[in-house]
Amino acid sequence: MAFTIKINGTDRTVAVDGDTPLLWVLRDVLGMTGTKFGCGMALCGACTVHVDGTATRSCITTIDSVGTSAITTIEAIGETPAGQKIQKAWLDLDVVQCGYCQSGQVMSAAALLAEKPEPTDADVDDAMSGNICRCGTYVRIRQAIKQAAQSPASNG
Amino acid sequence: MLIDRLSSFAADNTTDASRERNLSRRGFLTASAAAGGGLLLGVALPAWTPAAADAGTFAPNAFIRIARDGRVTLVMPYVEMGQGTYTSISMLLAEELEVSLDQVQVEHAPADRKLYGNPLVAGDQATGGSTAVRASWEPMRRAGATARAMLVSAAAAEWQVDAAACRAERGVVIHDASNRRIAYGELVDKAAALPVPDKVALKDPKDFRLIGTPVRRIDAAGKVNGTAEYGIDVKLPGMKIATVAACPVFGGKLASVDDSKAKAVNGVRQIVRLADAVAVIADHMGAARKGLEALAITWDEGANAHLSTADIVAPLAAALQKPGVVGPQAGDVDAAMRTAATTVEADYQLPLLAHAAMEPVNCTVHLRPDACDIWVGIQVAARARDVAAATAGLPVEKVTIHNHLIGGGFGRRLEVDFIPQAVRIAQQVDGPVKVIWTREEDIQHDIYRPYYYDRLAAGLDASGAVVGFSHRVVGSSIVARWLPPAFKDGFDFDAVDGAAGPYDFPNLRVDYVRQEPPAGLTTGWWRGVGITHNAFMVEGFIDELAAKAGKDPVAYRRALLDKAPRARGVLDLAAEKAGWGTPMPAGSGRGVALLFGFGTYMAQVAEVAVGKDGQVRVQRVVCAVDCGMVVNPDTVQAQIQGGIMFGISAALYGAITIKDGRVEQSNFDSYQVLRINEAPAVDVHIVKSNEAPGGMGEPATSAVSPAIVNAIFAATGKRLRQLPIDTAQLKSA
Repeated sequence: MAFTIKINGTDRTVAVDGDTPLLWVLRDVLGMTGTKFGCGMALCGACTVHVDGTATRSCITTIDSVGTSAITTIEAIGETPAGQKIQKAWLDLDVVQCGYCQSGQVMSAAALLAEKPEPTDADVDDAMSGNICRCGTYVRIRQAIKQAAQSPASNG
Repeated sequence: MLIDRLSSFAADNTTDASRERNLSRRGFLTASAAAGGGLLLGVALPAWTPAAADAGTFAPNAFIRIARDGRVTLVMPYVEMGQGTYTSISMLLAEELEVSLDQVQVEHAPADRKLYGNPLVAGDQATGGSTAVRASWEPMRRAGATARAMLVSAAAAEWQVDAAACRAERGVVIHDASNRRIAYGELVDKAAALPVPDKVALKDPKDFRLIGTPVRRIDAAGKVNGTAEYGIDVKLPGMKIATVAACPVFGGKLASVDDSKAKAVNGVRQIVRLADAVAVIADHMGAARKGLEALAITWDEGANAHLSTADIVAPLAAALQKPGVVGPQAGDVDAAMRTAATTVEADYQLPLLAHAAMEPVNCTVHLRPDACDIWVGIQVAARARDVAAATAGLPVEKVTIHNHLIGGGFGRRLEVDFIPQAVRIAQQVDGPVKVIWTREEDIQHDIYRPYYYDRLAAGLDASGAVVGFSHRVVGSSIVARWLPPAFKDGFDFDAVDGAAGPYDFPNLRVDYVRQEPPAGLTTGWWRGVGITHNAFMVEGFIDELAAKAGKDPVAYRRALLDKAPRARGVLDLAAEKAGWGTPMPAGSGRGVALLFGFGTYMAQVAEVAVGKDGQVRVQRVVCAVDCGMVVNPDTVQAQIQGGIMFGISAALYGAITIKDGRVEQSNFDSYQVLRINEAPAVDVHIVKSNEAPGGMGEPATSAVSPAIVNAIFAATGKRLRQLPIDTAQLKSA
């Protein structure tokens, strides 16, 4: 069956079963491999995308549930003000190590910052505890979210 | 993790190139013209082997190419798994070559066969054991200095001036007297024709402009915008996606499979049967997984059908009763024990562990009748090539490994078990196929950290000081399987690494008993390797001795460190920075651990709070480290911060258990790892040192577990001798 979904502002049509997870539509059908597979059960957050701005695990989000919602992926998050701030802070503090989970970390953090421009420590824990990092970059993720929150709005 | 100190055993690096090229008499590098123009240097990075395996032949395993446009490309045998190696090694080269870091570009080895002669040689060195920077420290700087000297000589010849009157800066040779400048790119062809100088001076560390500074990672941008390419991200024309179910019972086989429902799934193309597994080949992973779930598989469960964890532990416990092969020893332990005022004995255990790296195991294969290409992220590229060739029945030179960034190694990608499986699947598939393991497959078919069951004993004199110390290590031997030539007379040097800590015991005996699990269950390297296991045992036990002697744990350790000033230095620093000895709230405590491993001294103080329900929260970890000369202090910080989190995951949650021959854990719900809401604050203090650099990938993981159990003892008076932490034992309500 064919589904037309809006990804990063562009309509894309794919022919897959309706129960196909969005993750595999992105990665294997559309070739957008920035979104990662980690667990397949919404336990690790590596596959996080935004659905109408809300951080969503694409590995359990079926394509037939997306409808007309706007999907944003790591490939385009830098075009949003919050995503831009988060990416900059991630680079400034050299958060990444192996980097595999970081697409998901950036997506969760960007959604947090868009919703709560000045998140508390508890907000950070709530928003980010669904994203596992085996390299253990948690200390820097906390710092980077704080730094991004304090950075002035981009004028670009 | 471990292992290029072992890798020379695994090397099959023959190189005709070294005979033809301009080889320095000191035998560490070659220089020649690069194909397509430019200067090509081949560098031999030494292997760190317990038994020196230097055959006296020169085999370059890293290459530096300086192109006519001035760009410097470093092709090196180490892979980037997050540890910052690409950045650190590039810094060593750039420092002496006198180029800026952004002029250096790193490529995975192997790369272009034509360009680099025999690039597969480069894959023969494994990345592991916190050794990359240590092995490269001198040769990579020397290579940079040599290339710089040759470029300066070429410029001096061009200008007909004394080379000593010229200097290099940011990729340009400058003759100040005449105010002339010429870029490296314009000199490379002339430099390639010059002899390799035998002596070049390396910089005095006080003149370093890059080394020792917190340089940003060179691989970060692609990792925050999704463009970094891992093995799992490979895209090839006509590629199919496969996922696989291997027999869940160790060593079991496929009996039969009904695939009628799976074949009916939209997007499923083919079902592939292997001797011990079934794979579903599909247009995308969604269809492959759906197909896999639709299979009705009957397994021949074989000899391990009823295997349980207890069946693995019981032989270890029995092996503990018999003497092992003796390793490090001093004095006469038995006599010391007989005359001691008090003796203390305790058994410690550590469980099987999975790696659970974020990037699940995957391997992409394109097999043709006469050649095979493999796309994978691997710490041992040559082994990958060799097993692929053997499986496919091809000569090794017909197999090409395309190496990638690795989404977490921790030792898992030192294994090539999944490569023959992927090749066998590819044998039945027309065109390229990417085999992706589900998380469940990744956890249930890992190569596990061995189960260790150790006995420690000490004799104390009337003052509580140690007069004799013995440590019997019992577990499977990774070295015997992974590198048989290094396993000598039943002795596994890695299994006993750090088995006496950094302490000076007058009478000491460490012995090792090898006890393997049933065939089918394979054990392997895990972050921190031998040190991780031994630091837990030794540091827990030393804490017990301090308690027995009625001494403060820090003071007690200090007294054993007369001959280890660097160990004492980090211990004192960690204690001071942690406020050791200051009061803690009820239910909280501080614990210390100290280790020497991978050339690095490290002390950690962990602060924990134990709830009435027995739940343990690690609140803060203070770490002091002396890892010699620091190449990139920010990388050291990052490795310590992250290594601590990795160790806490294991301490709080890590255990692979077996029932009915199957691993009971399957995903991050049953194999829990630390999350950000549980992560402690980490304070890192680096000791300034001019000693040779120590490794940083492993020590922090190794030190934190004992620090935590010692802190739990301080908080509750309960001594835990086994991981993961059993919260039931800590309940006070």
